[in-house]
Amino acid sequence: MSHAAMMALMAISPLILVCLTVIVVMLSIAWKRNHTLNAIVTAVGLNVALLALLFGWSLGPVDVTSVLVVDDLSRFGAVLVLMSTLACVTLAHHYLEGYEGPRDEFYLLLLSAAAGGLVLVSARHMTTLFFGIELLSMPLFGMLAYTFRDRGALESGIKYMVLSAAATAFLLFGMALLYAVTGTLDFAELGEALSVSGNDPWLLAGAGMLLVGLAFKLSIVPFHLWTPDVYQGGPGPATTFLATASKVAVFLVLLRLFQSTLAFHENWWHDLLAVIAVITMLVGNLLALTQNDLKRLLGYSSIAHFGYLLVALVVNEGLAVETVGVYLVTYVLTTLGAFGVVTLVSSPYVATGGTADASPLHHYRGLFWRRPYLTAVMTVSMLSLAGIPFTAGFIGKFYIIAVGVEAHRWWLVGSVVVGSAIGLYYYLRVMVTLFLHEPGMQRRDARHDWAERAGGMVVLGVATLIILLGLYPTPMIDWVSWVAGS
Amino acid sequence: MTLVWLILIPFIGGLLCWQAERFGDRAPRWIALGTMLLELVMVLGLWVSSDFSLPAQGATNAWTLEWQADWIPRFGIQVHLAIDGLSLLMIALTGLLGAMAVVCSWKEIVRRVGFFHLNLLWILGGVVGVFLAIDLFLFFLFWEMMLVPMYFLIALWGHSGSQGSSRIGAATKFFIYTQASGLLMLIAILGLVFAHHAATGDYTFAYADLLNTPLSETTAWWLMLGFFVAFAVKLPVVPLHGWLPDAHAQAPTAGSVDLAGILLKTAAYGMLRFALPLFPEASQAFAPVAMTLGLIGIFYGAILACGQRDLKRLIAYTSISHMGFVLIGIYAGTELALQGVVALMVAHAFSAAGLFILSGQLYERLHTRDMRQMGGLWGRIRGLPGFALVFVAASLGLPGTANFVGEFMVMFGAFGVAPWVVVIASAGLILAAVYSLFIMQRVYYGPPAEETPLAGLDRRETVLLFGIVALVVFFGIYPQPLLDTSAGAMQVVQHSVQQAGAMMGGSQ
Repeated sequence: MSHAAMMALMAISPLILVCLTVIVVMLSIAWKRNHTLNAIVTAVGLNVALLALLFGWSLGPVDVTSVLVVDDLSRFGAVLVLMSTLACVTLAHHYLEGYEGPRDEFYLLLLSAAAGGLVLVSARHMTTLFFGIELLSMPLFGMLAYTFRDRGALESGIKYMVLSAAATAFLLFGMALLYAVTGTLDFAELGEALSVSGNDPWLLAGAGMLLVGLAFKLSIVPFHLWTPDVYQGGPGPATTFLATASKVAVFLVLLRLFQSTLAFHENWWHDLLAVIAVITMLVGNLLALTQNDLKRLLGYSSIAHFGYLLVALVVNEGLAVETVGVYLVTYVLTTLGAFGVVTLVSSPYVATGGTADASPLHHYRGLFWRRPYLTAVMTVSMLSLAGIPFTAGFIGKFYIIAVGVEAHRWWLVGSVVVGSAIGLYYYLRVMVTLFLHEPGMQRRDARHDWAERAGGMVVLGVATLIILLGLYPTPMIDWVSWVAGS
Repeated sequence: MTLVWLILIPFIGGLLCWQAERFGDRAPRWIALGTMLLELVMVLGLWVSSDFSLPAQGATNAWTLEWQADWIPRFGIQVHLAIDGLSLLMIALTGLLGAMAVVCSWKEIVRRVGFFHLNLLWILGGVVGVFLAIDLFLFFLFWEMMLVPMYFLIALWGHSGSQGSSRIGAATKFFIYTQASGLLMLIAILGLVFAHHAATGDYTFAYADLLNTPLSETTAWWLMLGFFVAFAVKLPVVPLHGWLPDAHAQAPTAGSVDLAGILLKTAAYGMLRFALPLFPEASQAFAPVAMTLGLIGIFYGAILACGQRDLKRLIAYTSISHMGFVLIGIYAGTELALQGVVALMVAHAFSAAGLFILSGQLYERLHTRDMRQMGGLWGRIRGLPGFALVFVAASLGLPGTANFVGEFMVMFGAFGVAPWVVVIASAGLILAAVYSLFIMQRVYYGPPAEETPLAGLDRRETVLLFGIVALVVFFGIYPQPLLDTSAGAMQVVQHSVQQAGAMMGGSQ
């Protein structure tokens, strides 16, 4: 085997390991249906993949065939995807204990989706982009509708599937148009073609459709309509994965597109994107205001957060890549914290026929007086989502505002401020609900031993990390700026 | 390290209080009181042991103590703390009022005592951080961070409003107002940092470095506005004051004491420390607007105070009126006026805290703050009305109280710069007398609603009130220690204002 092939194999080994784990888990299920065993095998596989990823870091950028590239950015993305998948595994184990149907297949789906995420962050060709997105989405349909006897979960799965299919159609059509005009599907070559004949209407239409497809996955307004329903209905661990790993992977591929291909040289592209960013932040925040359902609220809040993230893409120079990196790290941590608590409170699964999870806000009323540490996690997550100092979320918001100020994009910065001010209202509402005490309310509780379980420990660790990174963000900033700089 | 400990002590004390709740209700109270007294003793020790009469050389700050450590080297952000006369006075005030807040909620707060004191102490820790930080990033962090425990304080232990407005609504309003305006300040800070980066190629958030950033006139103007709006919301300046009456009306007594006594002062401190020295020319140009806003505040606050039925809302509006004087003093920029501002801030902290504590005590006895249900209390409560008279007198600026010294110095100092503003402002003093007499008349005189006597002051309350009265009178008669301490810091501010004035005069 040649040296280059060896290097490529080593660079791509995390993906290979995750795929191997899929097969191992499948065989293990065939051998014996042992829920805990399968969860452990999954977690071990993910950890080995993570180790391989860290050891592979010293290799530097490696081209794995002409369609995949493993560089610092893709490794960064892979770390986030694997970490969030790990958190989902631990949460899922706790959650599924109460599920009476087959439990083990959930891990198969989860691992496959993670593999899709890994492909996506390394994609530098339209084929891998498409392959990654589909591999990421297909298992998600199954995960979202996993507890299919509940109407909410089934609805959420089907909704996501149907709308995803529409988005895929856009994506494919866009690619086809791009190919028809330029004759290539490679990001870098497409970029050259765009800079030469940027105003060709077919080319623009193709790029536009491509963006629509990706915007759907990121639930950017006006392609956000699926988000609240899917978030609300899906089982906790599946929604957690959707909100973290899936979005991170898609956003990173979008970033890569912007860096190499669609570095649209026309100003109006940027202005259009800026308008979309503003609308996304405002709509996400405004629609979240009146929600009485925590998971829906988090869905709308994620829309707003991707609106903030778009600011970095609009600017696309200076601190932009670093901003995306820092913001994604803080976003993933915070979202894991928030959804982790929701999942823990909803664990173990209890069939209700409707929406199984503890998602109505009044379930959380007075949680502090029953589960103080769990509430502390939720409070920290809410503060971090709102971007309050001494939480990781503030560092993310600081970067977003900094990148906007640096590029003198005052309208964008202004909208971030307005969006945050609106956002505060509902984050505070959630927070204060946790502390109110009204006896006689309908309650839902985490189990007494939640903190001793893997899921509980993960959630506590996440909250600690949010605080630590808020107090001393230097390690994270150094890491991300190194990733962005190289 | 002393400075770091000054910040850490309240935070650690807060955590201890929270955990001490398992040993009963009394433990958190004593721990909180001990924490605040320790803080106070440390500051007073610092006060006694250092020399603040340092003549300020030029426009550079002469810090008495400084402490720094690298924090986020990527942007040149440091944990940089420093203390001078102004910050020392403010921290001493924080310690004192913090202890009072603990004492005055001794009987008022009966539920979740540990968590209450955690929030109370964390507010104070944040405030101390604001007064000590001279790295702009760190300053902003503390500025925003102290809102969270304040939010909880109002939302969880507040009273339901007299007109059915909810305490959670009030807390949310307070939070959104201050947080949103704080983000404007963050934008201004970042604008300043990037301007400095463009000029020198270095990222830095250090106060001393940013002081000399070359800025174009329009940039400086916008950045100054960013800072001003953030401080104006907190002070509050009139069009941005909407959160204050609600927050005060719903907050528990300790919350009101902190809010009026210390939190409002962080805004004035911010103007003195950051807004004026960082943008002297722009501030100079903005001064007429600011003074006009101050005037509007004086009259608006006083007139609305006259029409209130809720005792705490009334006191809240008088705060707006008093802060109008502070604003005029700050933007007058003469040394006398600036010194007056310091004296007035200290005096107002005492008188407002006294009035809020009294209204809290009335509430404990009458279970209402509606003044229509009061009246004739002079004969029904032993001791309390007498103290009320003293604080009301202080609030209207009667000679012999510290408030008189402050207001007088502000007006005297501002007269040379803006005579008409002073003339109009002094008419506001008459309104002050009107609302002060309203308080006395409606609450303590007139026909009593009932004849049954109410519980008199117990020892805790008496000692607390006597302490405040003593301070009000002491600084009214002998304000020199205050003025000596802050002289150096105020000279620096005055110097930068003067320089800007000279430059603008030269360019015209």
